[in-house]
Amino acid sequence: MKNNPSQFRNLSGNIGMIVRNYTPLLVLVASIVLFSFIAPNFMTFNNLRLMVRQVSFVTISAVGLMFVMVAGGIDLSIGSQIIFTNVVLSLMMSSTYGLGINPLIAIPICIAMGTILGMANGFLSNTLKIHPLIITLGTSFIYKGFGYIVAGGRNIDGLPDSFRVYGQGYVGPVPVPIIIMIIVAIIGAYFLHNTNFGSRVFAMGGNQEAAHLVGINIKRMKLVVFAIGGFASGITAVLLLSRVFNGQVTTGAGIEFDALTAALLGGVSFAGGEGTIMGLITGVMIIGVLNNGMQLFGLQDFYQNLIKGALLLAAVGYDQYQKSRRAKEKIAKAALVSQ
Amino acid sequence: MEYAVEMKGICKSFGGVQALNNVDLELRQGEIMGIVGDNGAGKSTLMKILSGAYQADKGEIFIFGKQVEIHNPLDSFKLGISMIYQDLALFNNLDVARNIFVGRELVWGPLGISLDKKKMYRRTEELIKDLRVDIKSPKLNVARMSGGQRQMVACARAIAFQSKIMIMDEPTAALGVTEANKLLGLIKNLKNLGLSILLITQRIPDILAIADRVFVLKGGVRQDILNVSDITLDDVVTLIVKGKDGNSEIVDDVEYQSFG
Repeated sequence: MKNNPSQFRNLSGNIGMIVRNYTPLLVLVASIVLFSFIAPNFMTFNNLRLMVRQVSFVTISAVGLMFVMVAGGIDLSIGSQIIFTNVVLSLMMSSTYGLGINPLIAIPICIAMGTILGMANGFLSNTLKIHPLIITLGTSFIYKGFGYIVAGGRNIDGLPDSFRVYGQGYVGPVPVPIIIMIIVAIIGAYFLHNTNFGSRVFAMGGNQEAAHLVGINIKRMKLVVFAIGGFASGITAVLLLSRVFNGQVTTGAGIEFDALTAALLGGVSFAGGEGTIMGLITGVMIIGVLNNGMQLFGLQDFYQNLIKGALLLAAVGYDQYQKSRRAKEKIAKAALVSQ
Repeated sequence: MEYAVEMKGICKSFGGVQALNNVDLELRQGEIMGIVGDNGAGKSTLMKILSGAYQADKGEIFIFGKQVEIHNPLDSFKLGISMIYQDLALFNNLDVARNIFVGRELVWGPLGISLDKKKMYRRTEELIKDLRVDIKSPKLNVARMSGGQRQMVACARAIAFQSKIMIMDEPTAALGVTEANKLLGLIKNLKNLGLSILLITQRIPDILAIADRVFVLKGGVRQDILNVSDITLDDVVTLIVKGKDGNSEIVDDVEYQSFG
């Protein structure tokens, strides 16, 4: 039987497509395999559970961030939103320094506050017509500043014991933050991939002008996606405070970079219009495996940062490479058609 | 006669530049009208006012005899007007079906927010079939399509929502001969389906091939509306270049080369 060259071309094309589509998953599997060999205790149930619980906080923030990114924006103020809401929440509930409010009342207020902080980013972006990167860089300083002012240099303790359950509790063997992460991811996936709202978020990120021309209200959409980002930050703030059980201005600091790196690693495009919740979760898991594996392997923090930074650059570089490749393919195809 | 579109005394300026000066336009029901003029004549501006992308400084618009206010693209869509832009205004990150239904998605469920993907893909397949266009699947990503296929997706979007009036801005500008001919065939098809069509183009032969009448603009001023059956290519080009008063500074000898 003769070999058909087109079969080989198809085969290599298919392999290429699989590699392109499943790169994040392949990286995750490779990282797990690597650390299961070199890091002691990596592949134990307790460690894996600990690792997933650690990433659950980032995942919830990242789901919110993903709505903003798919719509073509960015939110660098997530960590600062968490700092501010975390401090306010602890003051509301603390019997030592604050008002001693019941967690069931304080938590919704805190999440609403996060939503408003996020929405403020959208409002400023609409009003000042400046790229969200700059807007949220500015508000990140402002929110963090407010957090420091409200905290007044204190570590706010005296929180009610009933508040522990959200960050430290278990349902059977499963930590509560993991359950909340799963719920947030499912709801996020439903809204992003299966509703008319999600469809418009993708459209807006793909071509904002065209989205306006088909009648999508861009300003309102911006407000809503940033509000979703803030809502997710509010939930993260609640879980982190419950986990740490002490209101501190360092809680949540820098979480936006982990969320951003995870999103980019998981295939969410920096330019907007692309990404899936499954990809995002894969990206978050890569970050989690690397953090956990490197710690168990005994690598010091600065090496971990170095590797995460390199990963972020690699993810953005890969995203850009794919885009320029697709653009070239399109030009080649257009040239072929016009011949 | 009740017109599909009647625009009266439309004025529009950008800063100090008067783009349209007291322009009247009447589009009959079920006709194809070519909109021609040199670069900067105001063709796209006039059509963008009708589509809601711009708002006129002055003037009135009547759709099927009823005076209307068009403040944004959604108002225009609700009046049954679709505009297919020169740069297509498609979403490269979405597939054919999503492009067609974006902003007007088919939904189901008690909240009315869940996408009815099956229905959207099925309806897209029907549209592709009805329009007899060369698109293999509603799940194809438009980024991977040729210019002609993309134009057809844009047309399908207008058809999907039973637009009564379609505005096409330079639809054949970026197409090769074969694809341009296919698209012109499709536009005739749309007319047969009962649509009233405004076709902006620099390719006068396209107008002569499929339009019923041609509307000529020059420097933001209406020159004339001509019946295509009564005119030649030279008549149109002369009107574009010299205007109705024939007082252009351009030399008398007008020779059509290519506006495409």
